[in-house]
Amino acid sequence: MSAAPSLLAAIRVTEIWYLGLGAMLFTIGAVGVLVRRNPLVMFMCIELMLNAVNLTFVTFARSLDDVGGQVVVFFVLVVAAAEVVVGLGILVALLRRRPGATADDVAELKG
Amino acid sequence: MVDVVVFVLAGAAILCSAAGVVVAGNPVHSALSLVATLFGVAVLFVAQDAHFLAAVQIIVYAGAIVVLFLFVIMLLGVDKVESLETDPIAGQRPAAAVVGVVLLGASLLTLMLTGRDNHSPGIATGVHSVTGPLPDSPSGNLRTLARSLFTDYLYAFEITSILLVIAVVGAVVLARRTRKDEEVPQ
Repeated sequence: MSAAPSLLAAIRVTEIWYLGLGAMLFTIGAVGVLVRRNPLVMFMCIELMLNAVNLTFVTFARSLDDVGGQVVVFFVLVVAAAEVVVGLGILVALLRRRPGATADDVAELKG
Repeated sequence: MVDVVVFVLAGAAILCSAAGVVVAGNPVHSALSLVATLFGVAVLFVAQDAHFLAAVQIIVYAGAIVVLFLFVIMLLGVDKVESLETDPIAGQRPAAAVVGVVLLGASLLTLMLTGRDNHSPGIATGVHSVTGPLPDSPSGNLRTLARSLFTDYLYAFEITSILLVIAVVGAVVLARRTRKDEEVPQ
């Protein structure tokens, strides 16, 4: 019984753990973009990938003592917000024209 | 000890809810799973002393972006459950699985090849910063971030404000209903 807490106390969370988690999260997002056909869910999967990259940036910012990583995450957040606004605008235009559109129907928007 | 528990709990929450985003048939469920993922990532931000980014993550992502997703879902009534049983394009899912395995394998292999000692530059790490360690206290960390943002990255910061204005104008133009559209029977 006494071995388990000391073993747990000996484990330290290093940056490899965070980077591995970021890699897994990125993979889930990428597979989601490839598999799903609902454009809204594809957007959410892109957000997953952006979050994985953000996690990686913050991890490197801490392990390399460089605040530039955190600044990049800030910019990624801003650009993600802008991207979602424009992307959802396009989706509204698409779905208004054809309800239940999938990613294959984006060609509908061609002038 | 505490950091291991926090990491394991937050990591499990992140991975499970990220899988939920992908496999949920209903887009509303996907959006809610996305919120859980974002909260887990915010917890890991706090665990790595990025308190400001954790707050911004909650406010901007969970507060604004996911609400925007839900608005679009509700406005357009696209919250129908999508059947995930069938594979619409033959071979799409096996191909996606192969891509996922290759992607995960490549990134984990890169991590394995990196030295465990973070002071020696490995493949996946950069060079250690010359500016010294980041301050441990939240306020000191925030001060360092703000100073960097408003000195080194000032032009980028100003350009993002222009980007946001362009995005707002673009969204208004895209979502506007013109008179010609209204004559078309919906």
